[in-house]
Amino acid sequence: MAAPRIIVVGGGLAGLAAVIKIAEAGGTVDLFSIVPVKRSHSVCAQGGINAAKNLKGEGDTTAQHFDDTIYGGDFLANQTPVKAMCEAAPAIIDLLDRMGVPFNRTPEGLLDFRRFGGTLYHRTAFAGATTGQQLLYALDEQVRRFEAEGKVHKFEGWEFLSAIIDGKGSARGIVAMNLRTMELKAFAADAIILATGGIGAIFGKSTNSVVCTGSAQSAVFQQGAYYANGEFIQVHPTCIPGEDKLRLMSESARGEGGRVWVPRTPGDKRAFKAIPEAERFYFLEEWYPKYGNLVPRDVATRAIHKVVFEMGLGLDGQPMVYLDLTHIDRETLHYKLGGILEIYEKFVGVDPCVEPMKIFPGMHYTMGGLWVDFNQMTNVPGIFAAGECEYQYHGANRLGANSLVSCIFGGFIAGPNALRYAKNVQAADGDGGAAAEVARQTEINGNLIRNEGGENPFKLWRELGEAMTEHATVIRYNKDLKEADEKVVELLERYKRVNLSDKSQWANTSFAFARQLKNMLEISRTVTLGAILRDESRGAHYKPDFPDRNDERFLKTTKASFTGAAEGPKFEFEEVDTQFIKSRPRHY
Amino acid sequence: MATRTVTFEFKRQASPEAAAVWEKFELEWRPGMNVVSAMMEIARNPVTADGRPTTPIAYDSNCLEEICGSCAMRINGKARMACSALVDNLEQPIKVEPLTKFPLVRDLQVDRSVLFENLMRVKAWVPVDGTYDLGSGPRVYPQEQEANYPLSNCISCCCCMEVCPQFNDVTGFVGAATIAQVKLFNNHPTGKVYKEERLRALAGDGGIQECGFAQNCVEVCPKQIPLTNAISDVGRDVVAQKIKDWLKS
Repeated sequence: MAAPRIIVVGGGLAGLAAVIKIAEAGGTVDLFSIVPVKRSHSVCAQGGINAAKNLKGEGDTTAQHFDDTIYGGDFLANQTPVKAMCEAAPAIIDLLDRMGVPFNRTPEGLLDFRRFGGTLYHRTAFAGATTGQQLLYALDEQVRRFEAEGKVHKFEGWEFLSAIIDGKGSARGIVAMNLRTMELKAFAADAIILATGGIGAIFGKSTNSVVCTGSAQSAVFQQGAYYANGEFIQVHPTCIPGEDKLRLMSESARGEGGRVWVPRTPGDKRAFKAIPEAERFYFLEEWYPKYGNLVPRDVATRAIHKVVFEMGLGLDGQPMVYLDLTHIDRETLHYKLGGILEIYEKFVGVDPCVEPMKIFPGMHYTMGGLWVDFNQMTNVPGIFAAGECEYQYHGANRLGANSLVSCIFGGFIAGPNALRYAKNVQAADGDGGAAAEVARQTEINGNLIRNEGGENPFKLWRELGEAMTEHATVIRYNKDLKEADEKVVELLERYKRVNLSDKSQWANTSFAFARQLKNMLEISRTVTLGAILRDESRGAHYKPDFPDRNDERFLKTTKASFTGAAEGPKFEFEEVDTQFIKSRPRHY
Repeated sequence: MATRTVTFEFKRQASPEAAAVWEKFELEWRPGMNVVSAMMEIARNPVTADGRPTTPIAYDSNCLEEICGSCAMRINGKARMACSALVDNLEQPIKVEPLTKFPLVRDLQVDRSVLFENLMRVKAWVPVDGTYDLGSGPRVYPQEQEANYPLSNCISCCCCMEVCPQFNDVTGFVGAATIAQVKLFNNHPTGKVYKEERLRALAGDGGIQECGFAQNCVEVCPKQIPLTNAISDVGRDVVAQKIKDWLKS
């Protein structure tokens, strides 16, 4: 039998982790990525990676990490995989350490740990404030090593368009587009792993990178894969508002002692220094004395919304609050938070050691994603998923510093399982459907390039982002969600009249974007409609009309399947695996 | 009050073979505006300052936080990242061109894969035995971490190579970024197992001796990596290795 062929799509932490496991087990991998893998979105993660190593004498355990994660996710995550992740986390940190990640150290030369939101333990290992970058580089280097040995073949600058699915419903490869020559090509594989990140772009501006459009997962969703818990979108409490994106200000700023406050008097015009302590409203500390500034992200985000929009206490009447580090000495800040303080200074022009930062919540993380089983396989045989593009580890709200560990763990599970599947799968009949899929994609491309309508795809995108951000983020009302969904339907209609000002067939970036936009629109409906159906408040999903969690009706995974009909995807609910920790009210 | 505008001139080139042309754009000023947000605005309304319809500008970008290294280009003559190029700090007209030392793809897109090839040549990795659980890593003191962390911050933007007078087809010089990574991995308790191989890889033509000490690299590096220190340190090690190899032969 021929050696199994595996394709990994996406070169962030999850994709690279999968590649490494497959190559190590003797398999060979074709690795596809829009950008050179070293430029993937994982580089943006700042604060750290969780593992209950208990190096601070606090009695931390993996069981406690498991409990914090399930509780933080408001009990929506299936418990078996989360438990396995938390148990694997300490060894993952050791592995990264062995790979050369420059983690911060204690004086004795051991790993240092900091506190993060949603836990009372020092559980977060970190490399300055650029942990994601350092982790991604470590895996990138290991993959380059396998590349040098001929076990990995990179296709950087190729965009995944669709899976090739045979007559029996199994994946047989992918169709990808070369982003320079615009050539379409079928690549055969016995198993494919999608590790394509979050869907931030459907909100227009977010903390996500440009490539985080969700286009790949939307494409396989439209080919029959379930999309789960789409309505769960994390809005990070502390972002720097910007023209082109919302830049993250890491939770580690609060983990290292940063305090969130506003002046108690609305519209107080005084400089921050002139405002005495008694006239400052440290609302997180007052409202949540146990966790203070380190409440989970959904809680902090809603608190900031309340202070700004209900109490009218935003700085200078603007939707912004202070995140204050000025009471900490510059040297400590530089050693532990250097990278992120640099970002603030560079993009805002103010030194956060001297003046408090001005921040506001912004879309940050996609808890939902492709539905996968405990082996990371979707319902389409042969299509696996790992990392932010799947739904499995974070339930209704992700805890800070759990994303990096879930990406690497998910990749470590997906890789060997994909290899096992690929070794056992029967050979495809004929070309497995490759020619038909290339023909379908060629037709889509041809129609797009020939279209003579009057719509600009970038303008449609802006309208999508505005509607989604306004109606489907922090506070949700069914009426508004319906309005957002109607807007998406309108945009899908107008998309048919997209006219590209650039019709060339060489490095046509607006053409590639227009293809992504269609998929962004389709996946948006899993968010809007999924949110309408869930008449409760759980984790990041908050409806003032249904302020309580309703376990009886909604302690369930939302599963959307694509229909192609005007009314949108079909929804069903699936039981959640709660065999280890009984659901209890979530109060911080 | 009249709307405040910002003037840009972009160097456009439809393909590697096509002729380069400059296009001028007048955009409405926005607070916090940078060169990438300006190009996003042009994509929404691709019309030049003289009212001529054109195409969106092709450029590489991803994180927009100066950490992925994608959007390096020349802005007012300086190699830098476009996402952190705030319009308010730039003289107008803001002139934007592609990097000049790398094969052009289209407009502001260039092919910088040479850096990744160089990293492979010098084995810029730590050869771990495997990814299974082998216990904790080597002990590293905070002082060592503080020395290595800045080197590990390299975002592969290639600005240091762009501004290096020695980085060209004649010398085949590897450039500062790769040399700094050699220092990083030679410092690592496990990574140094390849120290000799890395130094030999930098010993021949295109190696470290091509450096002319212009020191442009360290000035332009957006991550303030101590590149010239790395070049001197690695340079010394390369010479020592050469002598060692010569005595053995």
